[in-house]
Amino acid sequence: MNKRIFYFLLPLIAFLFMAVFLYRGLYSDATELESVLIGKPVPQFTLQDIYQQDKQHDAAIFKGEPLLLNVWATWCPTCRAEHTFLNSLAEQGVKIVGLNYKDDRVKAIKWLEQLGNPYQVNLYDGKGLLALDLGVYGAPETYFIDSQGVIRYRHVGDVNARNWQAELAPIFAGLD
Amino acid sequence: MMKTFQRFLAVLLLSLPIMANAAISAHEFDNPEQEELFRELTRELRCPKCQNNNISDSNAGLAQDLREKTYQMVKSGSDKQEVLDYMVARYGNFVRYDPPLTPAVLTLWIAPVLIILIGGFTVWRLARRRKDAKPALDVAEQERLEQLIKQTEQEK
Repeated sequence: MNKRIFYFLLPLIAFLFMAVFLYRGLYSDATELESVLIGKPVPQFTLQDIYQQDKQHDAAIFKGEPLLLNVWATWCPTCRAEHTFLNSLAEQGVKIVGLNYKDDRVKAIKWLEQLGNPYQVNLYDGKGLLALDLGVYGAPETYFIDSQGVIRYRHVGDVNARNWQAELAPIFAGLD
Repeated sequence: MMKTFQRFLAVLLLSLPIMANAAISAHEFDNPEQEELFRELTRELRCPKCQNNNISDSNAGLAQDLREKTYQMVKSGSDKQEVLDYMVARYGNFVRYDPPLTPAVLTLWIAPVLIILIGGFTVWRLARRRKDAKPALDVAEQERLEQLIKQTEQEK
């Protein structure tokens, strides 16, 4: 009798397993890649400040408190849509570092003057050096970095009120 | 007007092979081995932005960057494994069209074989069970059945 139950349950379990796997696949976004840098510190870098060419920043700016690293560019339309929400996040006291990615410096500064500057620090990465080390493959991308300077999460695409409330705010609150 | 267009089209078509080669010819190498390695790597590395292109075929900004990085590394004497390691450390195994054999990859290879084996075994067992099955009636019962049939036929 036990054997019969087993032969009945086995295909059922196999079917459920497949169903869950395929159902998940139905709603997963294939363009969203998992970052291999999760759990690793921000790579070493030296980049200029966007406003002052003689001012240099390095990975030390990520130590001390949890913050977001937002990769953006003026050639990226989604970044424009995202910018307003970043401004409101900054007003709420969320610390954000901006990484201007493969962009024109003058245009970028103009953008910040016109649309507001939500960033604590503005890194200028004209050649995409730090972005390459981070595994950035498009803009916008946002990295969640804890107070030790370790990358905890990567969000691909824009941060908006909806996904911030649903997924991202708890992740940010959980950083230590 | 038409003729100009035709001429334009002809020039365009004739220059296609040149454009296709542009990704290679823009770079200079110290020796043919380096060039061969560069070709091999840009064919095997996958563009993370465009999903189904290698970085040799793609003109996405990111593919250009990765191509340039590959060139620099090859030119400065890195071997194939060093370049692959560099890319995988940043973009994960996704960036390789020939990924290493991880448990997940192994599952992909083994699962179909396993399913065929389980299916075959089940069919074999079912077939055997049917052959071994006892006849529904033993000898005495069979005789009684035949008697009953005869009786009914006589009564008709």
